[in-house]
Amino acid sequence: MEGRPLKQALARAQSRAKRRALLLVVPLLLFIVVTFVAPIGQMLLRSVHNDAFARNMPNVGAWFAENDGAPDEAAYSALVADLRLARENRTAGEVGTRINYELGGTRSLFTSGARGADDLEPPFATSLVEDDAKWADPQLWQVMRTASHAYTASFYLAALDLTRDGDGNIVRVPEGRAVYLSLFAKTFALSALITAICLLLGYPVAHLLATLPLAKSNLLMILVLLPFWTSLLVRTTSWMVLLQEQGVINNTLVATGITDTRLPMIYNQTGTVIAMVHILLPFMILPLYSVMRPIRPHYVRAARSLGATSWTAFRRVYLPQTVPGIGAGALLVFILAVGYYITPALVGGASGQLISNLIAYHMQDSLNWSMAAALAAILLAAVLLLYWLYDRLIGIDNMKLG
Amino acid sequence: MVADIGDGFVVFDHVQKSYDGETLVVKDLNLSIAKGEFLTMLGPSGSGKTTCLMMLAGFETATAGDIRLDGRPINAVPPHKRGIGMVFQNYALFPHMTVAENLAFPLEVRGIGKSEREAKITRALDMVQMGAFGARRPAQLSGGQQQRIALARALVFDPKLVLMDEPLGALDKQLREHMQFEIKRLHDDLGITVVYVTHDQGEALTMSDRIAVFNDGRIQQLAPPAALYETPENLFVASFIGENNRLEGTIEEVGPRSLVRLQTGELIDATPVNVHRKGQRTIVSIRPERVEFKPDMMPANAHTLDARVLEVVYMGDILRTRLAVAGSDDFIMKCRNTIGQTRLEPGQTVRIGWHPADARALDPL
Amino acid sequence: MKKLLVLTAALMAPAAHADVTFLGWGGAYGRAQTEAHLKPFTEATGIRTVMTDTDNPAAPVKAMVEANNVTANIVSLEQADVIRLCDEGLLEEIDPAALAPAPDGTPAADDFLPGALTDCGVATDVWATVFAYDDSRFPDAKPTTIADFFDLEKFPGKRGIRKGAKTTLEMALMADGVPASDVYEMLETPEGIDRAFAKLDTIKSEVVWWEAGAQPPQLLADGEVVMSTVYNGRIFAAAMNENKPFVTVWDGMQYEFEVYAIPKGAPDLDDAMEFMSWSTETQNLANLTKYISYGPTRKSTAAVKKTWEDGTTDMEAHLPTSPQNMTNSLETSFEFWVDYDSELNERFNAWLAS
Repeated sequence: MEGRPLKQALARAQSRAKRRALLLVVPLLLFIVVTFVAPIGQMLLRSVHNDAFARNMPNVGAWFAENDGAPDEAAYSALVADLRLARENRTAGEVGTRINYELGGTRSLFTSGARGADDLEPPFATSLVEDDAKWADPQLWQVMRTASHAYTASFYLAALDLTRDGDGNIVRVPEGRAVYLSLFAKTFALSALITAICLLLGYPVAHLLATLPLAKSNLLMILVLLPFWTSLLVRTTSWMVLLQEQGVINNTLVATGITDTRLPMIYNQTGTVIAMVHILLPFMILPLYSVMRPIRPHYVRAARSLGATSWTAFRRVYLPQTVPGIGAGALLVFILAVGYYITPALVGGASGQLISNLIAYHMQDSLNWSMAAALAAILLAAVLLLYWLYDRLIGIDNMKLG
Repeated sequence: MVADIGDGFVVFDHVQKSYDGETLVVKDLNLSIAKGEFLTMLGPSGSGKTTCLMMLAGFETATAGDIRLDGRPINAVPPHKRGIGMVFQNYALFPHMTVAENLAFPLEVRGIGKSEREAKITRALDMVQMGAFGARRPAQLSGGQQQRIALARALVFDPKLVLMDEPLGALDKQLREHMQFEIKRLHDDLGITVVYVTHDQGEALTMSDRIAVFNDGRIQQLAPPAALYETPENLFVASFIGENNRLEGTIEEVGPRSLVRLQTGELIDATPVNVHRKGQRTIVSIRPERVEFKPDMMPANAHTLDARVLEVVYMGDILRTRLAVAGSDDFIMKCRNTIGQTRLEPGQTVRIGWHPADARALDPL
Repeated sequence: MKKLLVLTAALMAPAAHADVTFLGWGGAYGRAQTEAHLKPFTEATGIRTVMTDTDNPAAPVKAMVEANNVTANIVSLEQADVIRLCDEGLLEEIDPAALAPAPDGTPAADDFLPGALTDCGVATDVWATVFAYDDSRFPDAKPTTIADFFDLEKFPGKRGIRKGAKTTLEMALMADGVPASDVYEMLETPEGIDRAFAKLDTIKSEVVWWEAGAQPPQLLADGEVVMSTVYNGRIFAAAMNENKPFVTVWDGMQYEFEVYAIPKGAPDLDDAMEFMSWSTETQNLANLTKYISYGPTRKSTAAVKKTWEDGTTDMEAHLPTSPQNMTNSLETSFEFWVDYDSELNERFNAWLAS
């Protein structure tokens, strides 16, 4: 046949060009894998994988694999063997930390248990419990059973304010300890509020930018971009100077007699919203601007000549044409707001804290990275869900970032 | 030139417009447009014609003077209350709406019910032969189709006055000529008043009842197409509309049949327009198709000039002949390509002449 | 951001050029360590030193060791972190015999305060969480006890408290009348925890929560709060250096050891050990009090005259280890917090958000 050699010739002719093209994108591909795919994959893995117990406690792990139900003498002797092993390898702390994530007050149980393990005499079921009665706690055994699998959903359960009781059933955590769900809700609500305020403030500015003569719009653009070019700490400190109770705004309000009581505008939700709107405003304005710039004024003129009031012309003709910009800007601001943690940490006080602050807390203070990863993964899933919704409602190909 | 402007359908009464407070873009405009008239504002870019249209539409406000529509001053009426249909240069069809939604827009904002709306939309689309395109988006239509939709949208709410701002500028020549005919037909059928802005004189001549030639913020001449072409009132109008031969000379004799002595010494016949005294220097303008070289086509005792043929361009319907006449090297003569027409050859010498009414001694220099 | 940068720098930077790379807390404390230990050490031995600031050196230590790229070889840690990191095998063990004896020849193991030497760390000083008030805000009666901190009627105004369960819960119980010796026992019971939070509820609406140690002096100076919990060194430095009318209340103070430790697999281990031994000699340890009001951890330093860097202020009255300051005090239990940190912080965060 004629077709075959022609196809081969074409493939040969193109393969060189293809190889060269591939070589050009290889650095970027590597960069993305190293800086994006790998860390996120690692994070996702960490959120379900923690082998601190499984790796260091092989004997009791084997017992769990073969037996259900309450621990017997074999279970206790396996535990003691593992504690001796942990003493030898200095891993008792690691093991205790893992169990302590799910059951408070048990870390020292493991570290002191490991120290004393060499002196214990059989039967271990009595001698170990004599040493510390906590060893007989059924919930402890339940947690150890869960932890004996390297892969676990415990961190996700904890991130959703759930836990396992002594029988292994999934139950809500007590009222006083439930923090994550309400904080997720608060994070999304505050982010939505911030996005809405950014849109309300940014839309007219973007319109002005798009319609002013170039010389003036350039100047305005510099003003819009100024927050980008200022250090985060300078910005935040300025907000503190302005907003605090003895700050400029409150002093002015009191001096002019508008109010007697000083308004709390910082170290609470108000402070978080004000500072975040300021920082995220450019992310709303720029996509809006890029969508508005090519919209020629004659559309609105046409609408006006067809009998529409200026409000109707805006609502029916101008606004719909800027929807791609609104979508892009809102999505961008919302996603950034959901993940922002420095600003709320600095100006949010107690009530202005977002879920990202707890992720940072688990990363830096409690060092429970699996928990941080699980929280971050839930946040990531929520953002992806939002992205999917956006695609269904507006269409991702309609989004214009600039 | 100032007509009785009191009782037109659209009246510009001493209208002035300045953008910067220093120079006037429109200088003392007086214009009365009758009901049902097709009036074209013609002029080069920057002549003020589009500004006049925008003032009429309500997108610009007059700096001084009154604009009246149907006897009512509209200076303070916002655009959406003027009830004027408008077709824009780039059509300005709303890209996020279908054709039918575009047409429904002016009806919806007027609160017209659904069934009546649909009837009007169908009628307007049929009017422009686009009945099958209601569900399309503007981006899926060709330029000519978009033009038709823009026209239908400007007409769908039955405005008394329709403004068109160079509506055919973006179309190719053939389509443009076709659309000129369509617009003219719609105007005749619907009996609407049209104010049409263009810089294309051919378009203006084909479609208009009257043409207002704009230059430098003023109307240079306001006349029906034939009058404008055949009896231009000044040099700008003569040279802006149609092709034009220009001969410079001095008035020798003023009267019903004036004489002009050219710089090379020959005498020619001319009709004085803006010149009144003997001795004034002027430019005489003669249309190429009115130049004759056969003695029997010229009036008796007409003055004639020696001419040498430089070039003959065969253009199908006409033969375009370039002549050397009275010191000028690009004197053009157009002859119809009829049976038995004499074919001149380059190098040949002929005597040319014209009817005195066709040679117009325009402005003094 | 700063934390992140340091973390990245710690992970990515090539081996540091200095022979002792010190990971510290920055601020006045970091400056004191630089002036009292790092600089004189380099002068005495010729071994180069470099100071790196972070918000809490425990986090980069975990990151460095796990990434197998340890760049720092001396870290300044809290006792609780030392115990935890040591248990997880992230720190080198330190033999007390390698430390310098007291001037009178007492071995280091006997000269250090009880609890100051652990498997992996050598405590250098004792610092305290106290509370301080702005003298100008209380012209008449002055707060003198920890209970006064919770008394909004007698002493109205905003309070600054560190955002976290540690020290906050103990303080609440002590203010509620629980003797220092019973505090941790009580906190192990649900009733005790409820009692602490109930006490905190009484001032919750008036609290400004701070996170970085530099914040409370600033909050006091700005007039944002009338009194605040604060690290005793920070508030002393602010009062001395900036001449602020800040008064420290020692009643109900909680003290902790600050420790030098060496990360597992640290480079230039010999230099690090030499620094460890040199900086914990009696005189060098006492020198720290010239720059920061933290109490030295060796008994033998009692004989050394300790003076502030202005050359006149006797430091005895300003150190957590001075007997008159320890009348009603609590040693923060790292064992308790290692066990209950996650649980109580969860509860604390839930309480904050509600």
